[in-house]
Amino acid sequence: MTKGWAIALFLLALGTLASLLIGVIDLSQDEIWQDGEALSILIISRLPRTIAILLTGASMAVAGLIMQMIVANKFVEPMTSGSGQSAALGVLIATFLFPASSLFVKMAIACLVSLAGTAGFLALIRKLPAHQPLMVPLVGLAYGGVIGAIVTFIAFHTELMQYLETWFNGEFSGILQGRYELLWLAGLLTMLAYLTADQFAILGLGKNVSINLGLNYKHITRLGLAIVSLITAMTVVTVGIIPFVGLVVPNIVSRWLGDNLRKTLPITAILGATLVLLSDLVGRIVRHPFEIPVGTIFGITGTCIFLWLLYVPARSKPQKTKPSMSGTAS
Amino acid sequence: MTLHRLGFIFLLYIAFSIAFLTLNARGNWDFVLSFRGTKLIGITMVAISISCATVLFQTISQNRILTPSIMGFDSLYILLQTMMVFFLGGFGFASLPQEIPFFLNFTIMMLASLALFGTLLGRSANQARQDLHRLLLTGIIFGVFFRSITSFIQRVIDPNDFVIAAASTFADFNTINTDLLLIASLMMIIALAALWHYRHELDVIALGKETATNLGIPYKTRLYTLLVIIALLISISTALVGPVAFFGLLVSNLAYQIIPSYHHAYLLPAASLIAASILIGGQVILEHLIGLSTPLSIVVECLGGLTFLLLIIRGTTR
Amino acid sequence: MIRLSSVSHQIDGAKILSNISANIPKGQVTALIGPNGAGKSTLLSLIARLQGLEQGSISIDDLDVVTTPSDELARKLAILTQSNSITARLRVRELVAFGRFPHHKGRPNHKDLERIEEAIEQFDLGDLADKFLDEVSGGQRQKAFVAMAYAQDTDYLLLDEPLNNLDMASARNLMRNLTELAAQTGKTIVIVLHEINYAALYANWIMVLKQGQLIANGPAKEILTPQIIADTFGIEVTIHEIDGKTLVMHYG
Repeated sequence: MTKGWAIALFLLALGTLASLLIGVIDLSQDEIWQDGEALSILIISRLPRTIAILLTGASMAVAGLIMQMIVANKFVEPMTSGSGQSAALGVLIATFLFPASSLFVKMAIACLVSLAGTAGFLALIRKLPAHQPLMVPLVGLAYGGVIGAIVTFIAFHTELMQYLETWFNGEFSGILQGRYELLWLAGLLTMLAYLTADQFAILGLGKNVSINLGLNYKHITRLGLAIVSLITAMTVVTVGIIPFVGLVVPNIVSRWLGDNLRKTLPITAILGATLVLLSDLVGRIVRHPFEIPVGTIFGITGTCIFLWLLYVPARSKPQKTKPSMSGTAS
Repeated sequence: MTLHRLGFIFLLYIAFSIAFLTLNARGNWDFVLSFRGTKLIGITMVAISISCATVLFQTISQNRILTPSIMGFDSLYILLQTMMVFFLGGFGFASLPQEIPFFLNFTIMMLASLALFGTLLGRSANQARQDLHRLLLTGIIFGVFFRSITSFIQRVIDPNDFVIAAASTFADFNTINTDLLLIASLMMIIALAALWHYRHELDVIALGKETATNLGIPYKTRLYTLLVIIALLISISTALVGPVAFFGLLVSNLAYQIIPSYHHAYLLPAASLIAASILIGGQVILEHLIGLSTPLSIVVECLGGLTFLLLIIRGTTR
Repeated sequence: MIRLSSVSHQIDGAKILSNISANIPKGQVTALIGPNGAGKSTLLSLIARLQGLEQGSISIDDLDVVTTPSDELARKLAILTQSNSITARLRVRELVAFGRFPHHKGRPNHKDLERIEEAIEQFDLGDLADKFLDEVSGGQRQKAFVAMAYAQDTDYLLLDEPLNNLDMASARNLMRNLTELAAQTGKTIVIVLHEINYAALYANWIMVLKQGQLIANGPAKEILTPQIIADTFGIEVTIHEIDGKTLVMHYG
C-alpha cells in the first residue's frame, strides 16, 4: 500500500515536470529563460494546461467510480453512457440559442442537460432485469449513442458541425490561462466525493443492502448523480469528451486494492491524473510539433489496459470484480 | 399468421421501391430508372446484410441487444481501410481496384472475429456466464480501440489523404459504392444460400451451446461458419455505405416483435424486408415528401437507438 | 454400457476429476452422488461431450464420444444440464419439440409430433403446453426440460439434479417415471441426486465421487453402507429396512 502510494506519487511528479517542460517551444534552452519569455509561457500555457490535465484526470476517474457505485456495476462510466453526450447537447443548445453568452452560462446549461441525461440513464437501467448486469453497460452505450446522434442531427441543421469535434474528442492543446478555471470546481466536487466515500461504498453493494444499513438511499444517489453530471459537464465544456478514464482507472484500483472507497478513492484520483497526464505527454511527443488529442491516445492505451485487466486474472484476489458486477442481483 | 405478416412486409417493400423509382422522376426515364435502380439494389443489399448479420449474431450470442457493430466489427473495417490509405498513400489507394481492399478487409475481419469470438463463444460450459460478460466487453472495448487508432492515423496522415480516409468513416446511403455491387452481390448470394441451408440448425443454435450440442449440432464448426458469414455480410454493408451502429438492432427487434415465430426461415427474411422498407421508405420520405437534407443514416441511427431504449423500457428485450 | 477409462479433467489448473475408470451398466438407473464440488456435473458433461475430453476416453455402446459425429450421439444420448439458460422466448411445446431435432433435422413427421405430445402427457404439461417458458414457474420449467430430454428418445439419458425446484409429488413422480422407463424400455439412466433416499429407493446402481476421485461404484445395496457415506459426506447415518425399502437416516 505505502509502496503503491510512493510509486504513484513519484510518477505523478515526474509527469507534471515533463508536462511543464514539453511543448512546441523548447524550454530547455537558456536564452529564452533570460528574457522572461519562458516564464510567461509557463504561466500562460504550460501551468494551466498541466493543472487542467491533473484536475480532469482525477475528477473523471472519481466520477467514473461514483457512477459505478450508483448503478452497482463495474462497467459503466459517464463519458460513454449519456452524461458526456448530454453535456455536449447542452453546450450545443447554449451555443445555438445564446451564441454570445459567456462560458459560465454555457456551462450552466451543459450541467443542467447533463444532469437530466444522467438521471435518464439511471431511470432507464432501473427498468432492466436485475439478473442481467451486462445489460447495463450496453444500455449505457446505446443511450450515449442516441444522444450523440441527436447532437449530430441538431449540429447538422444548425451548421455547428465544426464544433462537434471539439466536444466529442477531448484535447488540452487549447487550454490557456483563463480558459480552464472551471475545472477547479470539478476538483472541489471530487473532494466532496471523498468526504462522502463511505456512503458511496455502501451504495455499491446495491439498494437492498444500502437500505438495510440505514443509508438514505435516494439522497445519496442524488448526491452522486449531481457529482457525476457536474464533473462530466465541466470537463466536456472545457476539454471535451475523454472516454475510458472513468472506466479503466477505478477498475485497476479495485482489482489492486478492493472497493473500500475511503481508502481507494484518493489513489483512484491520483492514478487518473497520472494516466491522463502520460497520455497527453505521448500525444505531444509522438508527432512533435503537432499534437494528437488526448482522447485518442487514451482511447488506445485505456483499451489496452482494460483488455489486460479483463484477461489477466487477479491471482491474489480472484473474484474481485465479479460480486459487484452482479451486485444488483442480490 | 406468420406468412401473412411476412407478405405484408414484402408488399410494403415493393410499394416503397416503386415510389423510390418513380417519384419526382423527370427527364430520360431510361437513365432515371437505371440510376435509381442501381441505388435500390444497393440499399436492399445493405439492408439484407445488416439485418441477417445482426440476427445471426444475436442467435449465436443468445442476446437480443447485441449487434456486430456494437462488438466492433465495422470499426475494424474502417480501421483497416484507413491503414491502407496510410500505407499506400491516398493516390495509391484510390488507384487500387476496389475488390482488393474489400477482400483484404474481409479476410482480416474474418480472422479477427474467429480468433476473438470463436475461442470465447466455444469455451467450456461452466465458464460461459463469465465469458459472455468478458466477450461483450472485449468487443465494445475493441470497437473503441479501433476507432481511436483510426482517429490517430487520421491525425498523422497527409491532409490530402485524410479526405480519402475520412470519406469512408461515415455511413451515407446516398452515395452507394456501385463499383463493388457486382462482386458484393455474388458474395452475398453465397452467404444467403449457406444461411438457408442452415436455417433449421439456427433455431437449435439459438438455444445455446449445451442444448445445441445435446441435440447433435457440431457446435464449434457451425459457430465458425456463422462467424465467417457475419464477417462477410458486415464487409459488404460497410464497403457499400459505411458503418451503421444501431440500425441492425432496430430491425432485428422489430422482426422479433412482428413475427410470432422463432424460426429463422421467417425471421431472416422478415428482418431483411423490414430493413429494406425502412431504408427505402425513409429515403423516399426524406427526399421527396419533406425535402429534408438530413442524411438518412443520422435519422436511422436516432430511430434505431430510440426504439432500442423503448424496447428496454417496455421490458420486452431479453 | 458407458465405459470411462482414466478420465481426468482440469479447469484453469484446478483438478476437477482425477483418473476415473468405471463402467456404468446398461438398462439400469444409476445414481451419481457425492458432496458439492465432487465433479459430478463435470463428469456428466464430459460423457455428453458438452465439454471437451482432455485425458482418458469415454465410450457409449462402443461409440467414442470424441470421434463419433455429434448428431449420431444425439440419437444415442440425451443430457439435462443443471442450469438451463435458454434466452430464446419459446412455448413449452416448442421447447419439448426441439428434443426431436436429432431425428428430423427440422422437418418433423407425424411420428415426431406423436412423441412430442406423449412427452407432454407423460410429464403432466398438457395445461402449460402453449405457455411461454417465462410464464411458468421454475418447477414447471424444469419439467418441460425433462420432457424435452424424454422426447429425444435416446438409449441413454443423463440428468443433472433434475429434482431441483420440483415439489414433493413432482419429484416422486419424476423418479417413478424414470425407473419405469428403465424397467420397461431398457433405457439407461444416469442421474445426479443430492437426496440420498431417492438413490436408495430408485437406483439399482450407485457411483460415488468425492473431490474428483471415484470412491465407490457398484450395486446400490453394496454402496449404501454407513461407512461409505461417512467417508464421502463426513456425517454419521444409520440404514434401515422399512417395508422392504432402504431408508438412510441422516436427520437429527
